[in-house]
Amino acid sequence: MISPDWMVGPPFLPLVAATLAFLLRGRAVVWVCLATAVLTPVAVGGVVLLTLRDGPVGYAFGGWDAPLGIELYADGLSAFMLVMTAVVGLAVSVYAAAYYAAPKRAQDGRSFWLLWMFLWGALNALFLSADIFNLYVALELLGLSAAALITLAGTLSSVTAGMRYLLVSLLGSLAYLLAVALLFGAFGALDIQTLEERISPGPAAWTAVALMVTGLALKTGLFPLHFWLPPAYAGSPIPVTALLSGLTAKASFYLVVRLWFGPFSDILAPVAGQLLGLLGAVGIVWGSVLALRQRRLKPLLAYSSVSQIGYLFLLFSLATTAGWGFDAWSGGIYQALSHACAKAAMFMAVGTIIGSIGHDDIERMDGIGQHLPLTIGTLGVGGVTLMGLPPSGGFTAKWLLLTAAVESGQWWLAVVILAGGLLAAGYLFRFLGPALLNMPAGKISRSTPGVMELTAFGLALVSLSLGLTSGPLLELLRVGAPFPASVIAGAP
Amino acid sequence: MNAVTLYLLSGVGIVLVCLYGLFVHGHLVRKILALNILGSGVFMLLTALARRSGGPDPDPVPHAMVLTGIVVAVSATAFALALARRVHEQTDRPYLPEDDPEDA
Amino acid sequence: MSLSALLPVLVILSSAVASTLVFFMNDEWGRLRTTVYLGGEVIKLALVLVMLRGIYLGESYETRIPLVPGVDFLLRANPLAMLFLTLSAGLWLLTTLYSIGYLRNAPHRSRFFGFFGLSVSATAGIALAGNPLTFFIFYEILTLATYPLVVHRDTPEALAAGYNYLAYTLAGGVVLLAGIVGLHAVAGPVEFVTGGALEGTEAGRGALIAVFALLIAGLGVKTALVPLHSWLPVAMVAPTPVSALLHGVAVVKAGAFGVVRVVYEVFGIEFSRELGVTLPLALIAAATIIYGSVRALSQDELKRMLAYSTVSQVSYIVLGVALAGTLDSIGGIVHLVHQGIMKVTLFFCAGVVAETLGIYRISEMAGVARRLPWTMAAFAVGAFGMMGLPPMAGFISKWYLGVGAVDAGQPWAIAVLATSTLLNAAYFLPVIYAAWLKKPLGEWKEKRAKTRFEADWLLLFPTLVLALFVPAAGLLAGLDFSPLAWARLIASREWGYEIE
Repeated sequence: MISPDWMVGPPFLPLVAATLAFLLRGRAVVWVCLATAVLTPVAVGGVVLLTLRDGPVGYAFGGWDAPLGIELYADGLSAFMLVMTAVVGLAVSVYAAAYYAAPKRAQDGRSFWLLWMFLWGALNALFLSADIFNLYVALELLGLSAAALITLAGTLSSVTAGMRYLLVSLLGSLAYLLAVALLFGAFGALDIQTLEERISPGPAAWTAVALMVTGLALKTGLFPLHFWLPPAYAGSPIPVTALLSGLTAKASFYLVVRLWFGPFSDILAPVAGQLLGLLGAVGIVWGSVLALRQRRLKPLLAYSSVSQIGYLFLLFSLATTAGWGFDAWSGGIYQALSHACAKAAMFMAVGTIIGSIGHDDIERMDGIGQHLPLTIGTLGVGGVTLMGLPPSGGFTAKWLLLTAAVESGQWWLAVVILAGGLLAAGYLFRFLGPALLNMPAGKISRSTPGVMELTAFGLALVSLSLGLTSGPLLELLRVGAPFPASVIAGAP
Repeated sequence: MNAVTLYLLSGVGIVLVCLYGLFVHGHLVRKILALNILGSGVFMLLTALARRSGGPDPDPVPHAMVLTGIVVAVSATAFALALARRVHEQTDRPYLPEDDPEDA
Repeated sequence: MSLSALLPVLVILSSAVASTLVFFMNDEWGRLRTTVYLGGEVIKLALVLVMLRGIYLGESYETRIPLVPGVDFLLRANPLAMLFLTLSAGLWLLTTLYSIGYLRNAPHRSRFFGFFGLSVSATAGIALAGNPLTFFIFYEILTLATYPLVVHRDTPEALAAGYNYLAYTLAGGVVLLAGIVGLHAVAGPVEFVTGGALEGTEAGRGALIAVFALLIAGLGVKTALVPLHSWLPVAMVAPTPVSALLHGVAVVKAGAFGVVRVVYEVFGIEFSRELGVTLPLALIAAATIIYGSVRALSQDELKRMLAYSTVSQVSYIVLGVALAGTLDSIGGIVHLVHQGIMKVTLFFCAGVVAETLGIYRISEMAGVARRLPWTMAAFAVGAFGMMGLPPMAGFISKWYLGVGAVDAGQPWAIAVLATSTLLNAAYFLPVIYAAWLKKPLGEWKEKRAKTRFEADWLLLFPTLVLALFVPAAGLLAGLDFSPLAWARLIASREWGYEIE
C-alpha cells in the first residue's frame, strides 16, 4: 500500500547510504551505493503512483509542522524531476562502478560514492521541499557536494574549476538566502503555498524575485552567467560531468520554475518572462556557436549544454495562462528530462573514448567508430535529441515549444528554436562524420569495460524513446500544474 | 531611525561591500572572506527581522534559520579554504589561473 | 488492438527489427545476416500484399497513438500510400540481393545493411503516415538513416558529400517543420484526407500561401527541385545500391510523395488552385525538368548523368500533380512507380559495369556491350523507358501527362515534355551507341574473378528481373494490378475524378 510516507524515501535513502559510505571500506561502499541506486528509483516510483492517485500531496516530516518542521510536498512536477534523477542517477551509478574499478582511480572511488549519494539526496530533497528555507539548505548541500565532486581528480584544472564553481554556487545561494530573508520579512511566510497567498507586488517582492532568479540562473548556467560552466564540465571526472550536465543544472532550473509559476506568478509582468526567454534564445545561439569552435569533445559538449539550457528558459516567455501555456511549460520541462538523459549518456560515451585512446581531441578521432561502434552510436543517438529530431524526447519538447511560440505570435523564438537544431547538427557532425572514417591501426591503447559502453547506450536509447512515451509523462506533469484547468486540458 | 532599521541597513551595506570585494579581488582568500562576510550580512538582516515581526518576544524562526545558515557557512568556508590551499600548492599562487594578475 | 490496426505498424517493424538485429552481427556472419534480413523482407512483402488486397477490397488499416497534446501518431493505409509502399517493399528486395553481390567482401556490411533496412522502414513510415507530423517523423529518420549510407565509403570525398547531404536535408527538414507548425497554427491539427483537409478553412489567404510555400520548400530539397537540387549529384559518391535507393525508392521519392500529399490531401486540388499556388509549382517543376536534362547532357561520369536525369524525371511527378487535371495527375503518380523501376534498373546497370570492369565514365564505355551484352540490353531498356518510347513504362507516364496537360488547358507543358524527351534521347543514345556500336578501347580490366555469367549473378539477375518490369509495366498497363490501374483507382476513388 502506498502512503505519503513513501515521500521520505527519495531524499533519505541516499543520505543514509552516504553515511554508511563514510563508515564502510572497500567494495562494501560500492555495493551499498549500488543497492541505494536501485532502491531510490523504487521509492520514486512509489511517489509517482502516489501523486497520480491522490494528486498533490504534502507530508510533515516526523509530525512537526512548518515553520519549524520539515514539510515535504510532491506534485506532478516534483515527481517528474524525481524520475529524471532516478533514471540518470541509476545509469551514472552503474557506469561509475565500472569507472572507479580501475586501479588508478580506486582511491577516488570512495569519495565519489559518498559525495554522489549526498548529491542525490540533496537533489531529491530539493524536488520535494515545500518551503523556501529548506530549499536553501538543499541547494547548499547540492552546491557543496557538486563542488567537491568536481575537484575529485585533484588535477590543477579540476581544482580550479571546482574552486570557481564553489564561489559561483555560494554566491548564488547567498543571493537566494537574501531573497528568502526579504520575503520572510515582508510576508512572514516560508512555505510556498502560504507565500503565494500573501505575496503582493512591491519593492521587497521584486527585489526578492530579482535576487532569486539571478542566483539560480547563475547556478544553472543561463547566458550570460554561464562563464563557469564549460571549465567545470570539462575539468571534472566523467561520471561527475554526466551528473552536472544531467542533474544539477536542472535542479536550479526546477527551482526557478517552481517559484516563477508559484509565489511569483501574480506579481510579475509578462516582460520579465520575455527577458528570461530572450536570454535563453541568445544562449541557444551563443552556446552553439562556441561549440562549433571547440577542438575537444568535452568542451564541445559543455558549450552544447549552454545552448540546451537556453531552450529551458524559453518556457518563461511562452508559458502564459493562454491556451498554449501548459504546452510551453511542459515542453520546457520535457526538454530538461530529454537533455538530462541524452547529455549524460554522451558524456559517458566521451569517457569511454578517453579511456580508449587517451584523449578527446576531435582532430585525432578519425575512424574510432570502427573500434567503439556502440560508443559512437551513443553519441549519435544522444545527438538526435540535441538536434531535436524525431522520434527523440527532444523533438517532443521542441514541438511543444514551437507550437506555443507560433500560437503566441512570438515568431522569432520559433526561428531560434529551429536554427538551434541546425546549429546542433553542425557541431555534432563535426565529430560524428570523421568518427566513421577508416582509421590507421594501432591507435587504441586500452580497452574499457563493456558495461560502461552499454550503460551509456541504454541511457541514450531512453532519451530517444522519450518521444514515444510522452503520453504518460505529460499526464504526470498535469498533476497540480500551475495552470487553470481549461489550459491543462489542452487548447481546443 | 530605530535599532531594527539600523541593523537592516547595515546588513544591506555589508552585503553590498562584500559583493564589491568578491568581484574586484582576485586573491582567493579575499574572495572567500568576502563570501563569508556576505553571509553574515544576510544573517544580520534575518536577526533584525526577528525583532521587527511584532510582539514582545522575538520570532524564533529567523534565529533557527540563522543557526542553520551558520552551519552551512562554516562548512562552505572550510571547504573553500581547503580548495584554495590546493590551488596554492599546485600553482604557488593564491589565484585562479584566469584571475592571476601576473598572467594577465 | 485489432489486426487491421496492427498491420501498418508491423509493416514498418518487420524491416526495422531485422535491420536493428543486423547491427549487432559481425561482418563475418554473412549467412545469419542474410537469413534474418531476407526473412524480414519476405515478411514485410507478404504483409504489404495482404494490405494491398484489403485496400483494393475497401478495407481500412489505421494505427493511432497519442503523441503530443492534440496530435496523434497516425499510420493509415489508403490507395496512394499502398502505391508507394508496394514500390518500396518490392524494390527493397531486389536492391538487397544486388547489394549482397555488390558488397561481397567489402568492410562494414552489417552497418550498411542495418542502415539500408532502416531507410526502407522510414520510407514505409512515410508512405503510411496519416498526418503531417507523423510524415515528418519518418522523413527525418530517413535523413539520419541514409547519412551513414552516403558516407559509407569512408573517404574524405564521401565525408564532404555527407556534410553537403546533411546540410541540405536537415535544413529542408527545418523548413518543413516550420511549415507543419504553421499549418497547425492556422488550421489546427490536420490529417491527410481525401479532397484536402483545409476545405472550408477560415484562415487568411496570405498565411495559407506562406504555409504552402514552406511545406513545398521543405519537401523540395529531397525532391531535388531547382534550385535545391545540388546535393543529389554530389551524393553520387555513395555505393551504387545506395544511389539506387536514394533515387528510385527512398529519398527523392519521399519528397515527391510528400508534395502529392500536400497538394491533394492537405490543401486539396481545388483549394490549391483557388489559392493560385499550383501554377508556380508547375513552373518550378518544368524548369527543373529542363534544367536537369540540360545538365545531364554534359556529364561524362555515368552516375552523375543518371543523377541529373533523376532531377529531371522526378519533377514529372510534381508537374503532373501541379497541373491539377485528371489525366496528368494519374500520369504524375504512376510515374512515381515507373521512374523508380526505370532508374533503379539504370543504376544497377551502371553498378554492374563499374564492379565488373572498373568503368565509371561514358567516354570509357566504348564496346562494353560486347563484354556485357545482357547488362547493356537492360540499360537500353531502361533508357528507352526514360525517353518515353512505347511500349515502355515511361511512355504511359508521358502520354498521360501530355494528354492531361491539354485537358487541363496548359498546353505549354507539352512543349516542356517534348523538349525533355529530346534531351533524354540526346544524353542516353550516345551511351547506348558507344556501348553497342563502338570498338572497345583495349583489353578489359576485370575487377572480379570470372564466373559462368557475364557478371556476378547477384548483380546481374536483379538487374535483368527489374529490366523486365520496364516494358511489362507498359504492355500490361491495362491489367487490374498494374501501376497504371492502381493510379486510376486512386484518382477515381480517392480524388473523385471521373474516368471514362
